Amino acid sequence: MTAPIIEMRNIEKHFGPVIALGGVSFDVRPGECHCLLGDNGAGKSTFIKTMSGVHKPSRGTMVVEGQEVVFDSPRDAMAAGIATVYQDLAMIPLMSVTRNFWMGREPEKGFGPFKTIDFAKANEVTMREMARMGINLREPEQAVGTLSGGERQTVAIARAVYFGAKVLILDEPTSALGVRQTANVLATIDQVRKAGIGIVFITHNVRHAMAVGDRFTVLNRGKTLGTAVRGEITAEALQDLMAGGQELAVLESSLGGTV
Amino acid sequence: MTDERLMPVSSLRRAMIRPELGAICGVILVFAFFLMVAGDSGMFAPAGFQNWLVVSAQFAIIAVGACLLMIAGEFDLSVGSMIGFAGVIAAILTVQWGWPAWLAILVTFAVCIGLGAINGLLVIRTGLPSFIVTLAFLYILRGLTIWLSILTTRQTIIGGVREAAEGDWLAALFGGVIFKGFFQWLGDVGLIDTFTRGARAGQPVVEGVPMLIVWAIGLIIFGHWLLAKTRFGNWIFASGGDAQAARYVGVPVNRVKVLMFMFTAFCATVFAMCQVMEFGSAAADRGLLKEFEAIICVVIGGALLTGGYGSVIGAALGALIFGVVQQGLFFAGAESSLFRVFLGTILILAVIMNTYIRRLITGER
Repeated sequence: MTAPIIEMRNIEKHFGPVIALGGVSFDVRPGECHCLLGDNGAGKSTFIKTMSGVHKPSRGTMVVEGQEVVFDSPRDAMAAGIATVYQDLAMIPLMSVTRNFWMGREPEKGFGPFKTIDFAKANEVTMREMARMGINLREPEQAVGTLSGGERQTVAIARAVYFGAKVLILDEPTSALGVRQTANVLATIDQVRKAGIGIVFITHNVRHAMAVGDRFTVLNRGKTLGTAVRGEITAEALQDLMAGGQELAVLESSLGGTV
Repeated sequence: MTDERLMPVSSLRRAMIRPELGAICGVILVFAFFLMVAGDSGMFAPAGFQNWLVVSAQFAIIAVGACLLMIAGEFDLSVGSMIGFAGVIAAILTVQWGWPAWLAILVTFAVCIGLGAINGLLVIRTGLPSFIVTLAFLYILRGLTIWLSILTTRQTIIGGVREAAEGDWLAALFGGVIFKGFFQWLGDVGLIDTFTRGARAGQPVVEGVPMLIVWAIGLIIFGHWLLAKTRFGNWIFASGGDAQAARYVGVPVNRVKVLMFMFTAFCATVFAMCQVMEFGSAAADRGLLKEFEAIICVVIGGALLTGGYGSVIGAALGALIFGVVQQGLFFAGAESSLFRVFLGTILILAVIMNTYIRRLITGER
């Protein structure tokens, strides 16, 4: 087994008197998809925000490629190769695909104060990277607002991959999508994983997790309930863990296993 | 995943879907209208041309600043007060204190750009809407202007600036005209009229290109280049489009916004300096309502009030429409109070049209 790219050890995060995370350990290896499951309020968002440098952990250590690190800002995390794709904040709809793709890292040409964005290069790379992810854009200047939700996620993923992400954190990428778009995003995840990138896939949908996950960690009320490897756990068991046991079991019998 | 339900988009439609579309149509309509009703009134003779071009250029100077700031997601309602303030400061420094004009102008710019930075920092630090913060500055600056003017000169108009700035190299950048020789030649060969009587007999009716117009063109070119071509321009769009998403990818949103407040203040000061040099005086009530006129130009030009979308060329066309309508109604002999009615109507039409265009672009329904 390869060494993990990023390791979170006993992470705690307190917001005043509230203990949002009470000692969570988690790691990601290259080329795997590690699913982080949990119901609303379980602490998933706090955890990934800690991982991506938005929050500083109150206690616990983070190790990236064997080195202990402290992130002061999302920029630090990005520099360390940790890219996060947020569900709703991934893209700016009024701007073109190219402008979104390169936002913050625009390629420039020219010299001194007369530098301009190298749009020829920017457009070409954008088209190529999007095609690699299986999306053929009509034109790179089209506004992101014209893309579907799944396509927007894919632009964000392609962007992170192109800029050298080693770990890709996906915050509920499928939660607002239809069946077909979900399948596309899951296929993209599989493709990215094959390129040797570690993926953290946050979701509360067990079926989506089972479709692509290599390992599964369940968060409940700020604590992890352990990590399971693919094939060792069933969807029903995951579902139970997420809900914290019994209550859902009662529900499930009346719903006939549709949840 | 090419979607077979997407219709191929013709290049004509693509060329049409741009922020300036509304303003381009507006310019054509406005010119057609005034060519019909005021075509023989001298509006389109050289002197008439200069008349409405100067007015349009005034609007354009402040519209460029307001445009970039609005695209970055903020407003500045203190532009008008800043114009009055800058003029009075420069006049006090030169006329009352006897400073050389170039030094007074430089200090005025520094003070006003500093005030722009304070505007911006207050908005960023407090998280209040820029509408409120700059509304406060609208009053603060206007009050200070009147107070300072009365304190130093016992009146609200300070004259004698032109005499004090005579021959100054920096003042010449804001007053006066360029290409004098070329226009004299145009007059000599009869392409434009010359005065036939009085002290200026033989001189062309249009002396040259006023510096005001040179500034307007310069600022439009700079603003357009910055917004559309540079990395910083992309950050302006991103800051106004979705500040949080922009921060997540490392765009220095706060810096972009503060710089745009400073640029808006710079534009207001340019306007004020040109006005002071043209009139030879400063007055505490200058620049009244200019903040709204700048915003109207920008909105007619296709920018979204919510930020993240717009164009400097559009704002410049908005300024042109504004200037042509204001002066054109005068040439047409219409009741001048109707100008505001006309303006309000154009504003509503422009906003409706822009909303529609935006839907085309983003595919919203």
